Amino acid sequence: MSGEKKMKIIKTIKIDADKCNGCRACEMICSAFHAMPKYSSNNPARARIRVVRHPLEDIYVPVYAGEAAGAECAGRDKYVIDGKQYDECAFCRAPCPSRDDFKEPDSGLPLKCDMCEGEDEPLCVKWCITDALVLEEREEEVEEEATQEELAIGLESLADKHGLQKIIDAVARMSKAKKG
Amino acid sequence: MRYAETGYNLEIDLTRGNIERVATDPKETELYLGGLGTNAKIIWDRVPPEVDPFSPDNLLIFASGLLCGTPATGCNRTIVSTISPQTRLMAFSMMGGFWAPELKYAGYDKVILRGKSPDLVYLWIKDDKVEIRDAAHLKGKGAVETATLICQELKEPKAQVAAIGLAGENRVYYASIEQGRSSASRGGIGAVMGDKGVKAIAVRGTRDLNIARPAEFMALCNEVLDYIKFRNDNPIPGVMPILAGLGSPQEMKVHDEKWHTENFMWGNSRVRRKDFWNEEIATAWMETLDSMRTRLISCYNCPMTCGATISPPGKPTYMMKCFSKLTYTMAAFSDLEFGLGIAQSATEYGVDAFSTPQVMAFALELYENGILTDDDFPGMPADNEGRFYWLLDRIVRREGIGDVLANGTYWAAKEIGKGAEAYAHNTIKKHEQLPLKLSMLNPIYFLMYATGEKMNITQIEGQFPQAPFLKMEQREEFVKDWIQVPDEKFKQYFLDWELRGEKSIPYYPTPEMCCDIVDWQERMHYIDDALGMCAGLSSFPLKPPYHIHNYPKFIATGAGIDMDEDKLTQAAKRYRTLVRANNIRRGMRRKDDKPPKNHWKKRFPELEKELLDTYYQFKGWNDQGIPTKESLDELGLDYVSTDFEKRGIYSDDGDTPSKETSAEKKKEV
Repeated sequence: MSGEKKMKIIKTIKIDADKCNGCRACEMICSAFHAMPKYSSNNPARARIRVVRHPLEDIYVPVYAGEAAGAECAGRDKYVIDGKQYDECAFCRAPCPSRDDFKEPDSGLPLKCDMCEGEDEPLCVKWCITDALVLEEREEEVEEEATQEELAIGLESLADKHGLQKIIDAVARMSKAKKG
Repeated sequence: MRYAETGYNLEIDLTRGNIERVATDPKETELYLGGLGTNAKIIWDRVPPEVDPFSPDNLLIFASGLLCGTPATGCNRTIVSTISPQTRLMAFSMMGGFWAPELKYAGYDKVILRGKSPDLVYLWIKDDKVEIRDAAHLKGKGAVETATLICQELKEPKAQVAAIGLAGENRVYYASIEQGRSSASRGGIGAVMGDKGVKAIAVRGTRDLNIARPAEFMALCNEVLDYIKFRNDNPIPGVMPILAGLGSPQEMKVHDEKWHTENFMWGNSRVRRKDFWNEEIATAWMETLDSMRTRLISCYNCPMTCGATISPPGKPTYMMKCFSKLTYTMAAFSDLEFGLGIAQSATEYGVDAFSTPQVMAFALELYENGILTDDDFPGMPADNEGRFYWLLDRIVRREGIGDVLANGTYWAAKEIGKGAEAYAHNTIKKHEQLPLKLSMLNPIYFLMYATGEKMNITQIEGQFPQAPFLKMEQREEFVKDWIQVPDEKFKQYFLDWELRGEKSIPYYPTPEMCCDIVDWQERMHYIDDALGMCAGLSSFPLKPPYHIHNYPKFIATGAGIDMDEDKLTQAAKRYRTLVRANNIRRGMRRKDDKPPKNHWKKRFPELEKELLDTYYQFKGWNDQGIPTKESLDELGLDYVSTDFEKRGIYSDDGDTPSKETSAEKKKEV
């Protein structure tokens, strides 16, 4: 049950933490771009990127805001890389109840990176002339029908549980209600 | 609504523990811009000359520049102003780092401290919440250590902390305020902070900072960023490495130190080592720097990486800035490994890296010449480098001879007597200078040394090449894209400037041309200091991204203040004159406007007199260096001329000695 293969452009920001100089221009310009009207103000606390910065430990991690998490993680792990200890949250993209990052400072609403829609490249990339942030675009072959396959797996397990007839009836009822 | 600035200052009375948020007058911004400009006005209004540096009535002002916190690249400087205990004049030392933008985001342009706290405290500013907190547990802690401890106890890793170390607590006259990868070092402002009982100021802000005309402002910012990239890819040919690029300069990046080590003086600014730099040393120093330098780092919103995190073996990591890389090394006739190591201790103690090494070398010179004896140095180690560490410890604790040395070479020599004054040879207005001794008088530098009220050559020089280029083709190439000049005549001055012959120093540039050149150089520094711009992207390097032609547009579109080149020039002249007025009121006169006697071997008294006369006149000052009534009134500073008249300052012929009491002694009486 394989779907049709298609080429798709994937945008990736390559984060070279070794090149980060900790200046936070990315945070500044992100918040300026997303101000309303555009560039009318800036406020790094509103940025959708954040540089986790501990200069004396030489820790510099630019991290982007992703999907909000409803709950905080059960445990907090520590990573040790090259002798430097990182909090697990340092790498996490989620606005979540355990921290203030990636939330509007006044309303608390979650923020998410949108790659600066409408611009040639995300502005954090443009402003990072030390090249810690570099935009890479690559073509990838994706299976368009992948979701169909997932759906079939899901329905099969429902049919196992409830019987196929019940599923057919339910689908018929749902489509009738939609049309009606 | 206010743009670029917040329109509010924090006024903190430490004696009473009172905190107020005070709205500022937008008219003042128009007249004095911000940062240094408005600081000079506040000092004029509120700190009359009767107020001693260690009086509760002295103010300590932490100001963000007008454009700090806006997207303008490199605009991140905090301008700290007070009356210096060492010079007893107005000090306006500055620091980069992250503090000033954070203060803006918290909703304030300045923090103005007055009075004295009975106990050691620190201030915690988080948006609307401002607290004076106990700092008893931080007493004696290092400046960097203090910042870490405060962030931990507040659970605010993103707070920015400006702190003093032991030197500030003990009111060492050249104590610094340390912050991020930067420090405000000159003029002993850290001593005033210690005297006020303030260990640190921590800030965290989460507010918006507004821009008046966003699209136009961003277009200017993008131009600057593109130009920085262009300059990074196209260094200026034919000049020494640190002058070829942008930055403040990028000392932590540069390995080739031939120019500094062979042209600057070693020890107590005495010995020039003309053939010092060789392959072996170059390799050894490169290995030292590469092994200790963890990363090149920047201040807020700046790509220039002028600083570095340094991890000396067996010592904690610290952040080094600029020329402190070499000052300890050269004062001690040692190597880079020693210099980078002792600078770690010096950063934690919080001391100025120009004055401190020089004071220590001065003390050892007095010892070698029998003016100070073994009795003055009980327990001092025998080895050269150990002695520097030992002296540093005594100075910051004000123990024994350290108590005398803690006042700097000028005051220490006075107190020691026995001819010690001849050894305190490298000061201007009682303040230690860069260790430079040269041969032939340079008329441009003569004026800058004599009249620069920041009393530091790097804080007035810049833009105009330090020396003529050998070949005409090189000069023509250089002036081709020299868009930064305020007037085309500067190109001609440079084209005609020769290494030898009629049109060479000291008689060329002529006094009139020197006035133009120095005035332009100084003006750009003063504009930077009001806007909060780093000199490394503006007034210091050759062909910088910010200049007199685009600055007015930045101010107009950023702060929404109607501005053009003339108006900006006039504003800079206004608060520059006000800085001088503050110092004139404190007794500064022509006799104080002079470089160290031995700065040049070949001096030209008549030419020097002509230079100073011409420059004073050009500036609108009388022959004592006092701004005339006419020039003050023209700048709208009639309140200054009125005050001068009331105090009888215009009838001063310059013979009255200015007050010669050390702030420390005065205090103990």
